[in-house]
Amino acid sequence: MKKVYANATEALDGVISDGMMIAAGGFGLCGIPELLLEAIKDSGAQNLTFASNNAGVDDFGIGILLQTKQVKKMISSYVGENAEFMRQYLSGELELEFNPQGTLAERMRAGGAGIPGFYTKTGVGTVIAEGKEHKDFNGETYILEEGIFADLAIVKAWKADDTGNLIFRKTARNFNVPAATCGTICIAEVEEIVPRGSLDPDAIHLPGIYVHRIIQGEHEKRIEQRTTRKKEEA
Amino acid sequence: MPWDRNQMAARAAQELEDGMYVNLGIGIPTLVANYVGDKDITLQSENGMLGMGPFPFEGEEDADLINAGKQTITELSRTSYFDSATSFAMIRGGKIAAAVLGAMEIDEEGDLANWMIPGVLVKGMGGAMDLVAGVGRVIVVMDHTNKHGKSKLLKKCTLPLTGKKVVNRIITNLGVLDVVDGGLKIIEIAEGVTEDEIRAATEANIVN
Repeated sequence: MKKVYANATEALDGVISDGMMIAAGGFGLCGIPELLLEAIKDSGAQNLTFASNNAGVDDFGIGILLQTKQVKKMISSYVGENAEFMRQYLSGELELEFNPQGTLAERMRAGGAGIPGFYTKTGVGTVIAEGKEHKDFNGETYILEEGIFADLAIVKAWKADDTGNLIFRKTARNFNVPAATCGTICIAEVEEIVPRGSLDPDAIHLPGIYVHRIIQGEHEKRIEQRTTRKKEEA
Repeated sequence: MPWDRNQMAARAAQELEDGMYVNLGIGIPTLVANYVGDKDITLQSENGMLGMGPFPFEGEEDADLINAGKQTITELSRTSYFDSATSFAMIRGGKIAAAVLGAMEIDEEGDLANWMIPGVLVKGMGGAMDLVAGVGRVIVVMDHTNKHGKSKLLKKCTLPLTGKKVVNRIITNLGVLDVVDGGLKIIEIAEGVTEDEIRAATEANIVN
């Protein structure tokens, strides 16, 4: 089966539709599927729900879909860098479900692993626990969290082969692995598609079974907080 | 004289022991890394890294290498990378010995609030709830009072909680306190600060 597509728009063809639940990889602006987000914007799909740790910034990442009001709901752990997000949320235009970061990651991992729910002590005694089943194990209280089963997963990797085996680079791996696994269909955008056999099978971060469509493209890879130190004078 | 930011960070660094895997929060906790000295400490960044190095030299920033505060950083010879689910598995699983983080409020039962001010600040909890629930020891570094002079060490937190009964030790500009049965216990007083000053700046019950 051919997995490689010419560009993000073609990869989304026949997949994207209104009202979808989309799991997106990335942490801040690091490792986000920027080309697929741009193509989702161009597709005009409406009423989308995104499970994504962050919501990008105003003009990059999921932020561009907030500008066009294509997003109905965000499931995120931190949205502090996006003024338009805050405006839409405070005015009631946008639904927001806060998940603790580890709970969000595990919800995706669980969904991808066929696990509909799991117990965690994260959030016990906080607003996160309200309305959720509580259960004691060995004298400690846990809450029930549900796996995320997304209609579509969009992720960004460093390298892929044409069978969809993926390798990520440094901290750009982040949510891309759990997000990829929890989608009915997963589309990966990569910096380079390499010939079959040129990736070390022992070094694959995400096996191709999870990846259905692949595109190669140029990435801006914007840096959110550029912090440096001065070279000491010799 | 109360401790300044760097003195608080230096005091927090004394809490860390050789061989520990530690998660440092944003703000003053980040400065703790500057004071660990010869101790063999491995820093975890919850976006998927163990062995976090210092900021890169100018011109060597890498968009694929950031910390949980989204700042560009560097790797070390010991560094490993992993995905977010694995990162929080090690946090939730109790593999991280300690977390050093800031707070808006703490109370005498060890409850911690640091993620939300209703109607004012709605950014999200990020990984803070997972960290305080999962790591071995929670060390809070913060000013003893807020900018209006009101105590941040309360009988009962008023803001939405990050975690319930999770704080072990508090390092403020005035000294060091532990959460114990019945309230907070003064462990150390900053040089030039009196016990009366700490008591006056603390709403929480102080036990002897």
